Amino acid sequence: MRELWQFTKLIRSKNAGPFELTFDIMFKNRDSFNDVLKSEALSPNVIAQLYQVDVKQVRFFVVDELLAIKISIPRRVFSGDVDDTDIYGGQFHSPLVRLPVKE
Amino acid sequence: MNSKLIFTHEHGRQTWFPLLQSSKRAIVRQTWIVLSAVYETSPKTKMKAVAATGNLSTGFREESLVRAVEQGANFVGCDAGTTDSGPYYLGSGNPRGPREGVKRNLRLMLREALKAGIPVILGSAGHAGGRPHLEWTLDIIRELAREHDWHFKLAVIDSEIEKDVLADAFNRGEITPLSPAPPLDDRVIRQAQRFVAMMGIEPIQQALNAGAQVVIAGRCSDVAIYAALPVLKEIPKPVAFHAGKILECGAASAAQRLYPDCMAAEMDQNGFTVEPPNPAIRCTPQSVAAHALYENADPYRLVESGGVLDTTDAKYEAVGERAVRVTGSRFTPSKKYTVRIEGATLVGYRSIVIAGIRDPLVLRQLDTFLSTVRTVIERKVSDSLRLSADAYRLNFRVYGHNGTLGDLEPLSKECHEVGLIIDVVAATQSVAADIIPIASHTGLHHPIPEHEGLISNLAYPFSPGGIDAGPVYSFCINHVWELNDPCEPFAMKMELL
Repeated sequence: MRELWQFTKLIRSKNAGPFELTFDIMFKNRDSFNDVLKSEALSPNVIAQLYQVDVKQVRFFVVDELLAIKISIPRRVFSGDVDDTDIYGGQFHSPLVRLPVKE
Repeated sequence: MNSKLIFTHEHGRQTWFPLLQSSKRAIVRQTWIVLSAVYETSPKTKMKAVAATGNLSTGFREESLVRAVEQGANFVGCDAGTTDSGPYYLGSGNPRGPREGVKRNLRLMLREALKAGIPVILGSAGHAGGRPHLEWTLDIIRELAREHDWHFKLAVIDSEIEKDVLADAFNRGEITPLSPAPPLDDRVIRQAQRFVAMMGIEPIQQALNAGAQVVIAGRCSDVAIYAALPVLKEIPKPVAFHAGKILECGAASAAQRLYPDCMAAEMDQNGFTVEPPNPAIRCTPQSVAAHALYENADPYRLVESGGVLDTTDAKYEAVGERAVRVTGSRFTPSKKYTVRIEGATLVGYRSIVIAGIRDPLVLRQLDTFLSTVRTVIERKVSDSLRLSADAYRLNFRVYGHNGTLGDLEPLSKECHEVGLIIDVVAATQSVAADIIPIASHTGLHHPIPEHEGLISNLAYPFSPGGIDAGPVYSFCINHVWELNDPCEPFAMKMELL
């Protein structure tokens, strides 16, 4: 079993405004893209569980022409609130990097 | 047209070269005339926009901007702000510098634009676009004009919204929440520190129509900076807005952004061609298309004041080695014209202390250790400062354990060392500062069963340990305001420098 980063050339997270987080996952090639899609390693349910949000709040986009998956979720703690740990939202992607991908 | 202007045609595109003038008055008049020339060109003309950089404070290569303007830019734009760095700047009114860096960047933009007789459009001045941020930026602009004996017509567009105005709009039902949004009512509005509205293209167009050569806008849509003048020149909105989205981060849409730098796009009736002015940087169809994903929740739909840019059917084609032609996006006007409101409210004052923990016996029971430390701190604060635990916020930020992800951290491995930030937010700075020595002393000597006698568990690298981090704000609004007139909340002032 391989991990998600072995299929991608970029996994990143960032604020989309102070109230939302967005994840961009760009794949190395069409095979990697298809393998991960087929494995269902990434899905709205997986994201909802990892980030503790309602699955209905997960926006999940398969951007075929860019060999990318884009996911957006609401921030449970808004950027800059007293309990926030990551103002720019730049490290929230970390739990995705070593996500197991069944082949 | 004025006889002092010489028009030439280069590669089929119109350019203009004002003759040098000696007196200041003449230069001002000449600027006005040159701008008139910009606005009177045929509606079917092309428009070339240059983004100086992605954010004014980050800078760009001087030679890139010089080259971009020489290649026939019709205006130079730059975004100076963002909410990305949190609510502090909007709340406090403090700009985000460095001032000298911002001055250097503005000097080059003004110098090149004035030389070529083209406008400069700066959006979200001073980082948050409030009145103090606008003033800070204007201070730099006036200083530059004085130092270089530059003279031009300056438009300043205010985007700060008075609380009374916002409360009235709220009570009239003109303010609606986006998702997710903090709860909003009259009290929240009254207690907040500052609100700004994010302007669309129209207030900038009004300033340009009034003959401004330099437009300094308060909080402003990044895209509007680059779409305002092209739309005024009858470039179709889908083209202008999509080009604006690509330009707003400067060289970020390049295949490899070596350093912050300029980006240029030439727009026409059917699309636009984006090309970095710096020959060392190149754009590819992939890099330009991928940029539409960045910092945007939806890869295809970009909601702007007045409508939605839809890039679902956009085509990205390579032109030579370094340029990309973009066509096929759509713009759907929205039924209601809305502007996004941003606001920040003061939540307290922060003091922190930083410590290291290395003892393996403490580390193997870290959660229990910290939760009992918390209980003792709360009791001591209650005894000595007469403050209950809900009168302040005590956070342990444990780096090496879950400092970055908090309760979302999926791993729970034991570490050989952790970094601890004891983070206190209280109603005043002095209360926060008073809690810190209680917290740090408690943590330092808190016992664990494996060691007998007085122990010292925390390694403090600094003396004094406590650091006052100042006021803490939070974003208190994620709403839009429906307007009848897109320019209504944005008062414009003209100034002749």
